[in-house]
Amino acid sequence: MTLEILGITVLWTFLFGYIIVGSIDYGAGFFNAYSIITGKDHILSNVIQRYLSPVWEVTNVFFVFFFVGIVGFFPDTAYYFGTIFLIPGSIALILLAIRGSYYAFETYGTKGHKGYAIMYGLSGLIIPASLSIVLTISEGGFVFIEDENPVLDYWALFTSPLSWSIVILSIVAVLYISAVFLTWYANKTGDLKATNLMRKYALIWALPLIITAGGIIYELKFHSPEHYERIIDLWWMFGLSFLLWIATVWFIWKRRKYGISVWLMFGQFALAFYGFGISHYPYLLYPYLTIYEGFTNQAMAISLVVVFILGLALLIPSIYLLFKLFLFDKNYLKGKQKKE
Amino acid sequence: MLFEDPVIASRFLTLLTLSFHIIYATIGVGVPLMIMIAQWIGIRKNDEHYILMARRWARGFVVTVAVGVVTGTVIGLQLSLLWPNFMELAGQIIALPLFMEVFAFFFEAIFLGIYLYTWDRFEDQRKHFFLLIPVALGAGMSALFITIVNSFMNTPQGFDIMDGQIVNANPIAAMFNPAMPTKVSHVLATAYMTVAFMLAAIAAYNLIKGSKHVYHKKALHLTMKVGLIFAIAAAIIGDFSGKYLAEYQPEKLAAAEWHFETEEGAPLLLYGVLDENNEVKGAIKIPYALSILAFSVPTSEVIGLNEFPVEETPPLIVHYYFDLMITIGVFMIVLSLVFWIGIKRGWAFVKATWYRWLIVLGGPLSFLAIEAGWWMTEVGRQPWILRGIMTVEEAATSSDYVGLISILFIALYIILGIGTVVVLRRIFKDNPVEKELKASQGGENA
Ligand code: HDD
Ligand code: HEM
Ligand code: HEM
Repeated sequence: MTLEILGITVLWTFLFGYIIVGSIDYGAGFFNAYSIITGKDHILSNVIQRYLSPVWEVTNVFFVFFFVGIVGFFPDTAYYFGTIFLIPGSIALILLAIRGSYYAFETYGTKGHKGYAIMYGLSGLIIPASLSIVLTISEGGFVFIEDENPVLDYWALFTSPLSWSIVILSIVAVLYISAVFLTWYANKTGDLKATNLMRKYALIWALPLIITAGGIIYELKFHSPEHYERIIDLWWMFGLSFLLWIATVWFIWKRRKYGISVWLMFGQFALAFYGFGISHYPYLLYPYLTIYEGFTNQAMAISLVVVFILGLALLIPSIYLLFKLFLFDKNYLKGKQKKE
Repeated sequence: MLFEDPVIASRFLTLLTLSFHIIYATIGVGVPLMIMIAQWIGIRKNDEHYILMARRWARGFVVTVAVGVVTGTVIGLQLSLLWPNFMELAGQIIALPLFMEVFAFFFEAIFLGIYLYTWDRFEDQRKHFFLLIPVALGAGMSALFITIVNSFMNTPQGFDIMDGQIVNANPIAAMFNPAMPTKVSHVLATAYMTVAFMLAAIAAYNLIKGSKHVYHKKALHLTMKVGLIFAIAAAIIGDFSGKYLAEYQPEKLAAAEWHFETEEGAPLLLYGVLDENNEVKGAIKIPYALSILAFSVPTSEVIGLNEFPVEETPPLIVHYYFDLMITIGVFMIVLSLVFWIGIKRGWAFVKATWYRWLIVLGGPLSFLAIEAGWWMTEVGRQPWILRGIMTVEEAATSSDYVGLISILFIALYIILGIGTVVVLRRIFKDNPVEKELKASQGGENA
């Protein structure tokens, strides 16, 4: 494996991590808001708060990790994406900021202001939508070089069916991932009502998910024929992903094995996400930037990899401790306190 | 101006974001240490007041951490959005500490999460205390790594440039650049100092407002003591920073001191104004002091600003930032030293209301010193973004929308700033110390 591939694999993995953890977080916020509007908040709030409270900061770090890492491994991305991503990036940042701080303000300060909760829920859908634009841009066709500076063609971006499908997919995926996860989580806490409600949401969003995902592959055929060809070459990954989707839905439908469904759902997204990434290879920004041209120097690459490994050695036990204390601790889950 | 020139707009937005983030970052670095000290004393002396102190500080801390994290995320991404050319170049040499910083945050975030939600979960209080160590360590490490990046901007090294390309990159050498030791230690010391005085200000304010509770007195004594120690450390390290500047960035020191002619036995100028001929009027002159600050020897020669090409001299306004920082530093040392001796010797006036008002003032003043210090460092680096290698002009984005975006961020910071104050007030107003102590004496443990 070359350093270039290793670097992009690490980053892609962190992006995947962010998409999963972030989706659970964003979706939970949305369901929370939705249940407040529809007067069902007594069913959900408890489960959602209990999960969200200790982990929200960790979610954010995944995101920071990705954008710091990509500038480290591929400094040229700062030049290309930095220039063109100013507007969507800033909008996402402002929403992230409002979201993160309101969450803290609300949980630690005032309890239960409806307006905040609703803004919080909505921002959870807009953030993934605006961040997903990066993926669209990287397909090529929206950026041109003017006086040696990259410029984004906003009009082409706003009128492209591809960019809207990716936006819709990002939203649907957030709702689906989060619903499947929270079904399991609610079930673990022994909250039957919440489980049933989340299960219903998971089933509702399953079909739209697969339709939009398929739609994007179809649109790539016209927008980026080259990319489409490579996706077809990797048909087995997407096929397998589809099978996992069927299995997840089946289990949830049958109210069986929620824990396994979550893993199947992770697998489904992992296959599709890595399939998409591999088929995008070697481009970071089609056709201007590949992972080979944009790569940092040897010395930096090696030191980043070393730090990465040392960092993981530090973090994995810590994350394990966090999960053990909160996500998997029976007493915490059930809301009981126990002295240790 | 803001809407026409992306360079000016980017500078403005960076100034705004960093000046805002640094408030929360300072709190983020300093408070974990203070919580640690209080909780440790509480456990050792078995004094529930100190435990409660740790608990209340931690409760407020969560709110500021949240804003620190979001503003930090903003500045992290903004570096690429506003200075793409700089990040492209610097990313090749200095990405390592930035990357390490993320791990430090991660580490801190995880343990902070655990710490905050496990107050009553351990039989043995010490177990809970140990969870704080990684939090304080993580926060200190973040400050360490990010300040290393900034010192690299002031004294870039660890690479060669051939035909505009970076060659022979050595990330480790880049990290251990000449600016790093003084900068890192000064930043850490001032963060601890500032947070101690901030907490002292709160305690003093509560005493002024009529609370007679011994809790506040204990808090005041503890924080003033810690503040004094770190204020002295800050001044000593600040002196080293001056020596560093004299050797590696003489133009910054000269600009900060309005020192135009190279001379031996140079005096230190405080305040004053410049007339149209660049003559200094009305300044307080301390003979030989600049030579001492620069080289420890009263007669040594300090390079003047006239030795540098005009287009490479920093804006002269940094003089006021420098003076502000030093004045506040000296003031805080005197204030806390007098307080400390006064308590030992039983001087009545250190318990007087007017003296307590001065302590209250010390909190915001310390933050002002932090801001002034950074403005002097960063503005004093102008026109360079990487000293001697890349100017701000070359580094900035070419996008025309920075001015527009700046408006949105101004609104954001106003909302976040007001939100912090309102929420913190609400947390503590509805729940004064007396009430909490009564509740805990009513049965369960604190
Ligand atoms: C509470 C805040 C505070 C206080 C009381 C002081 N400083 Fe400071 N100073 C800072 C907060 C600060 C800072 C914000 O932390 C800076 C900005 C950049 C840096 O490295 O630290 C800084 C930078 C800074 C620099 C520039 C370093 C550089 O550009 O690399 C010098 C020469 C000094 N300081 C010197 C002093 C002296 C002689 C002080 C005597 C009392 C002093 N500082 C008190
Ligand atoms: C990773 C470390 C840092 C980087 C990469 C960085 C980068 C920059 C850049 C690119 C600018 C714009 C150039 C300019 O206008 O001066 C700037 C300015 C500034 N930075 Fe830093 N900075 C760093 C650390 C800090 C920190 C920690 C602070 C503390 C608050 C700070 C405060 C400022 C201020 C106040 C300005 C505005 C100066 C001006 O208007 O001229 N910087 N910085
Ligand atoms: C250019 C300068 C800076 C950048 C790019 C930056 C970046 C960041 C980022 C990305 C975060 C959020 C991390 C997360 O998601 O958890 C953050 C938070 C934080 N930053 Fe900054 N930072 C800068 C300056 C500073 C300085 C100078 C200090 C310390 C003196 C500092 C200390 C902290 C701390 C302690 C936090 C954690 C939040 C808290 O505990 O309040 N940062 N910063």
